Amino acid sequence: MPYIPHTEEETRAMLDCVGVRTLDDLFADIAPSMRPQHFDVPKGQSEMEVCARLEALAARNHTNVVSFLGAGFYDHHIPRAVDALTGRGEFFTAYTPYQPEVSQGTLQAIFEFQTAICRLLDMECANASVYDGGSALFEAGMMAIRVTKRRRLVVDEAVNPIWRTMLASYTRNLQLELVTVPHRNGVSDQAALKAALGSGAGGECAAVIVQNPNFFGVIDDYTDLFAHARGQGALGIISVYPVMQSVLKTPGDMGADIAVADGQALGMPLSFGGPYLGLMTCTKALIRQMPGRIVGRTSDVDGRPGYVLTLQAREQHIRRAKATSNICSNQALCALRSLVHLSLLGPEGLTRSAELGMNSARYAAERLCALPGVSTLNDAPFGNEVALKLPVDAYGLADALTRQGYVPGFPVGRYYSGMDNVLLVACTEKHSREHIGMLAELMGAALRAQTTKGGLL
Amino acid sequence: MNTLFADSRPGRTGALPRRPELRAADMLPPSLLRKDRPRLPELSELDVVRHFTRLSQRNYSVDANCYPLGSCTMKYNPKFMEYVASLPGFTALHPLMAQLRGAGHYTQGALQILWEMERLLCEITGMAAFTLQPMAGAHGEFTGAMLIAAYHRDRGNKKNKILIPDSAHGTNPASATLAGFEVVNIPSRDGILDPDDLEAALDDTVAALMMTCPNTLGLFENRLPALVEKLRRVDALLYYDGANMNAILGKMRVGDAGFDVVHLNLHKTFGTPHGGGGPGAGPVGVSARLEPFLPVSRVARQQDGSFCLDYDHPKSIGYIAPFYGNFAVVLKAYAYILRLGREGLRRASEYAVLNANYLRKRLETILDMPCQRLCMHEFVASAPQGLRALDIAKAMLDGQVHAPTVYFPLIVPECLMFEPTETESKQTLDALAELLDEIVRRGQASPDDLAHAPYHTPVRRLDETLAARSMVLTEDMA
Repeated sequence: MPYIPHTEEETRAMLDCVGVRTLDDLFADIAPSMRPQHFDVPKGQSEMEVCARLEALAARNHTNVVSFLGAGFYDHHIPRAVDALTGRGEFFTAYTPYQPEVSQGTLQAIFEFQTAICRLLDMECANASVYDGGSALFEAGMMAIRVTKRRRLVVDEAVNPIWRTMLASYTRNLQLELVTVPHRNGVSDQAALKAALGSGAGGECAAVIVQNPNFFGVIDDYTDLFAHARGQGALGIISVYPVMQSVLKTPGDMGADIAVADGQALGMPLSFGGPYLGLMTCTKALIRQMPGRIVGRTSDVDGRPGYVLTLQAREQHIRRAKATSNICSNQALCALRSLVHLSLLGPEGLTRSAELGMNSARYAAERLCALPGVSTLNDAPFGNEVALKLPVDAYGLADALTRQGYVPGFPVGRYYSGMDNVLLVACTEKHSREHIGMLAELMGAALRAQTTKGGLL
Repeated sequence: MNTLFADSRPGRTGALPRRPELRAADMLPPSLLRKDRPRLPELSELDVVRHFTRLSQRNYSVDANCYPLGSCTMKYNPKFMEYVASLPGFTALHPLMAQLRGAGHYTQGALQILWEMERLLCEITGMAAFTLQPMAGAHGEFTGAMLIAAYHRDRGNKKNKILIPDSAHGTNPASATLAGFEVVNIPSRDGILDPDDLEAALDDTVAALMMTCPNTLGLFENRLPALVEKLRRVDALLYYDGANMNAILGKMRVGDAGFDVVHLNLHKTFGTPHGGGGPGAGPVGVSARLEPFLPVSRVARQQDGSFCLDYDHPKSIGYIAPFYGNFAVVLKAYAYILRLGREGLRRASEYAVLNANYLRKRLETILDMPCQRLCMHEFVASAPQGLRALDIAKAMLDGQVHAPTVYFPLIVPECLMFEPTETESKQTLDALAELLDEIVRRGQASPDDLAHAPYHTPVRRLDETLAARSMVLTEDMA
């Protein structure tokens, strides 16, 4: 049997030692009436056969395309050293570092990860990561609810709708109120967000939640909004794109209390949706409300520095029903990947990565807006992703171009009603001017075809 | 060992992308830009490679040694699974490709894997349907508790309590609370839940009972049919914590036994690596009456045999993950199940239970055994009179073996919980027993000697009180 080392003689000797005759006798506690009527899993296959099957299935996914899909999940170049280092069995076949004396590799890496993420987001404390950007946003909201003892969250509609839907599912049974403030043509409506937070004494909101750049790629400064929230006794929560954070005004500088992100862009392949990781940071004042694992530096009995999981009194294995969260695992290996990725790129590398995407997004906007009937959705500053208004349905266009090997972006109408003509185009360092030129040509041809068919132009 | 930041040299670079034509300041107004560069480490690629190689050498891993950590199922993770997950046809696939109109066509391979995996897990567990969205075991518990809430809401039941035995994992009560339930603890007797104790706690406000089976003492809940019958009478559901699924593959299907919800830990039972604490995956299976509430999107098979995403489930609890779960983890577990097949899975459980019982017998004369009977895939022991479980655990680290789980479950004094898994050989288990024999003798001769172990690990016992008090959580808090 694969991966079972026992010889027949050894099995016999072990059964004798235990005092049973057959392997099945070990299961005497499971009454015959509870045994499976059937167990029709296919017969096992050799490694070669399984690999061949998976190779064939992989080939049925069309990944040989030039894609401008983003919407919170970006295709960045991952230096080969990331796979080489995080693929070491010493890292990926280890368990949670509950025995710190033999887990210093994982623990020091998490400590360094916490440092790197805090420095990138300009915040004081970070945890060892949570599942993804959506669960990070939820946990941030729950922190605010515990801290303020209020039950209302104000959420900008321009926060990634994928994460907002998760927030809605997660809070369904918790008697919380989610107030969603509509965006204005892709731009966050800060005046409306302030109004939703209320004014004067007796605020009822636990937090305001925004995203930068927002889902439509728009970059903003939320300093005033967070100051207003503070005045109402509410927290400021911001979700960011960690690559772009190398150049953008920081959550810390804006006065955010909690800053979160999906860390996928820091060295995680897209892999059809995961695993990714959620980054979570906060001010020092909030650390005891932070969920998840946290590593701290200490020293051993000989005075040597070392690292341990700390502040565990917050966690489920100690506090059970009264824990800050039910979260148990973090995404340790993904956190390690992001740390290796950041170490290889360094400050200049990460900045260049952000800027290359911004350059390409500008070139794409210029080329595509030169096509008849295409314009940017708004005039707001953007980063590496830009929302374009098309003269046709964006779904149909995306479908037509995808068939030709160019995925032109994400049709925003999937999540926002009344925006069927809006396409969200993302660029990274992987896109060349030639890719963008080709996209413009194909899109131009597709639009002309639509027009001659009596389309929307 | 120095941190990355201590080794950083300003101006040194590793993997530098080409120079951009326009810099950020050329493209955005100053008010939107950060004031200074993020203080990330500045290192050469070789600096980075050496740093992380050396860090890895300060870790313990299944690849290096036996990891008999109870409740965690630290079995060997076959290498071909990593190859499978690294195929560009999977890694380069953007999750939104499946959401473009008509583009189910572009992700058929991935959708087929999800669809088949759901059915494989249904067959293994006897459940009616599965969702692969939950991203970890505790996340699966949370999903399961939300499904229970949705079921009762739909039926107009006013139920706000979930019963949890005292031997359960801590995530159970925490997950139930997060789904809005009040948690009521119920005691176990000799490690087994007594139907009379359940009866005493049962009333119309009870929404469900969450159970781990075999339980955390490694014992099979042999009164299960009586428990199921009592719960059914008040329309309460039965939740199965699949953390210990490695004990019963092919021997019992939880769906047949009357469970309504189950979560599986793919990183335990189905051989995907733990990664130092994640990522895992925690798929949730349900009985037919809970199927309408499963998270969307779901994967459906169309009449022409192709696969598509299906959102048309009005009673669904909604999105639990951004997309379709931790796909790469699900993919590895799928490959593992294909590789082992029905016979291999059954054998995995048989040998997991054989190894646990063999080790239990070998340790009978060395440690105290609170349960003198056949165990399933794991068992608990107590440190002998005068010795502490913690000291024994730390001394094991010097012997090149990972410590078992200690002080869990909370109901066993000085508890050491062993789970050897099926992939360890008789020689490894014999060596483990001999090591423990030597440690206990050493401890009995000189308790003080054990109290200071380990001696030969990269660091020795660490001051956890100091860590919590001084709160140095980043390089900048020092």
